[in-house]
Amino acid sequence: MSNKVIALTITPPIVAETAPVVKVRPPVREAANVERQPPASPAYNFPPVSKARLRAAALTRAIVLPTLVFLVVLAIWTFVNAKITSDIPTPAATWARAVEIFSNPFYVAGPNDMGIGWQVLYSLGRVMAGFALAVIVGIPVGFLMGASRAFYQACYPLVQILRPVSPLAWLPIGLLVFQAKDPSAIFVIFITSIWPVIVNTAAGVQAIPQDYLNVARVLRLGKLEVTRRILIPATLPHILTGMRLSLSVAWMVIVAAEMLTGGVGIGFYVWDEWNNLNVASIIVAIGLIGLVGIALESVMNLAQRHFDYNRR
Amino acid sequence: MSYLNISNVDVVFPTANGAYIALREVHLEIEKGEFIAIIGHSGCGKSTVLNVVAGLLQATRGGVLLENREVNSPGPDRAVVFQNHSLLPWLTVYENVRIAVDKVFGKSKSKAERHDWTLHNLHLVHMDHAADKLPGAISGGMKQRVGIARALAMQPKVLLMDEPFGALDALTRAHLQESVMEIQTALNNTVLMITHDVDEAVLLADRIVMMTNGPAATVGEILKVDLPRPRHRLELADDARYNHYRAEVLRFLYERQRRPEAA
Repeated sequence: MSNKVIALTITPPIVAETAPVVKVRPPVREAANVERQPPASPAYNFPPVSKARLRAAALTRAIVLPTLVFLVVLAIWTFVNAKITSDIPTPAATWARAVEIFSNPFYVAGPNDMGIGWQVLYSLGRVMAGFALAVIVGIPVGFLMGASRAFYQACYPLVQILRPVSPLAWLPIGLLVFQAKDPSAIFVIFITSIWPVIVNTAAGVQAIPQDYLNVARVLRLGKLEVTRRILIPATLPHILTGMRLSLSVAWMVIVAAEMLTGGVGIGFYVWDEWNNLNVASIIVAIGLIGLVGIALESVMNLAQRHFDYNRR
Repeated sequence: MSYLNISNVDVVFPTANGAYIALREVHLEIEKGEFIAIIGHSGCGKSTVLNVVAGLLQATRGGVLLENREVNSPGPDRAVVFQNHSLLPWLTVYENVRIAVDKVFGKSKSKAERHDWTLHNLHLVHMDHAADKLPGAISGGMKQRVGIARALAMQPKVLLMDEPFGALDALTRAHLQESVMEIQTALNNTVLMITHDVDEAVLLADRIVMMTNGPAATVGEILKVDLPRPRHRLELADDARYNHYRAEVLRFLYERQRRPEAA
């Protein structure tokens, strides 16, 4: 039995590839007959895995495949331009426009005519202001909801009702209360950002293992020490998750909010270019909005990784 | 009066189906420097006893006296080694011990002394080499060693261990048992240890407290383990007295307190 196994293992797989399967069998019987002889088993050499080949394969997946998809999109885009509506500019025309826009992103030709860099920075400023306010308010509220059952039960219904509401629905309320565009847009971002922060912070506090709190009790840590040394570090990963979600949604919402409020900002820029029928500029802006979104996401990912004690 | 006196403790939990009597009339007197193992089937309330002594749980009736003083809230004089180590994952091994040292000796020791005391305790459990690692980067057995170091660093009057090695593999458990015996020889702590491992109980304990099954669990029998120290696992394996004690515990657990529906 053991001989059979050995005979099988020394049969190079190449045989199975080149010869018919039937011919592989006789050696098995032969080997069984010569039991006394120690089976000379030439070590089977696995073909060396070439590192260069692995790297090439990884490169293919990382670059070639996305490029293919990009080319398909370009093809559809060209087709739409050629066969459906020539109002959509060609990729080449759009590229030319992009070069033009990015060659001077920070020009200022008056309050209503600024470079795209300024548009993005104004939008980012509103997002950051609303987001910061949401974090300042949301984290303590989330902490209270997670720590106090009464507070949780008091606030939960309100949070559940307001959370699914499109933040833009709050814009008229903001305009009414603040009587100004900028604070209203910031207010909308605040409303957008606050729910994920509250909900994730509360969940984080509730997820703290009882054991950590027992450690605190045995050590007789005071309330402040428990908060600083246990509650905050234990919930930080959850809080950062909430902040990451908030920020990416906030960046989406600001574009829509600015379309309605006007002023300097990437959202109104898109709307303005639509009114001027500069479709190429709109497409360039869409690309830029996406890139800024990725940048925001990576910053939050970095922060999250830095504070996640399980992955450090 | 004994050093640690668990005096006629009842613990009753209110549940939706009425009161659940977990412990009834648990009475136990422990001398200073004694190593007590509490053994019983799972669900019998062993950990409840420990939590009452720790002050993490209030007795419904009766109470706990430590050096003739009632204790009913947690404190570092009754340090706990938790079953799943309970290290704070965002602190390094050193910081996990240091937080306890700072809390207990913040006023009585200088900063340098606290640093040395932290390292000393890590050294006791052979973990000084990993002082700067995060708990996520060390093995389960190592985490439990750090948990023991943290408890020892509080210089507790009673060291409470709640199935400290229950989650570890047999070899790691044996290593840690050796460490505990070694530390016990050096420090002569008063230890109350919960276990479900018969060998562990006989190997480590001066007395084994065997608990009856719940509900209304209580102390069934107390077995004095009269084996000389230091004890060596391998020598004891062939020791008639050791095997006799082992058999006594097994008889209690599997004949007298067999769980009716145990699988």
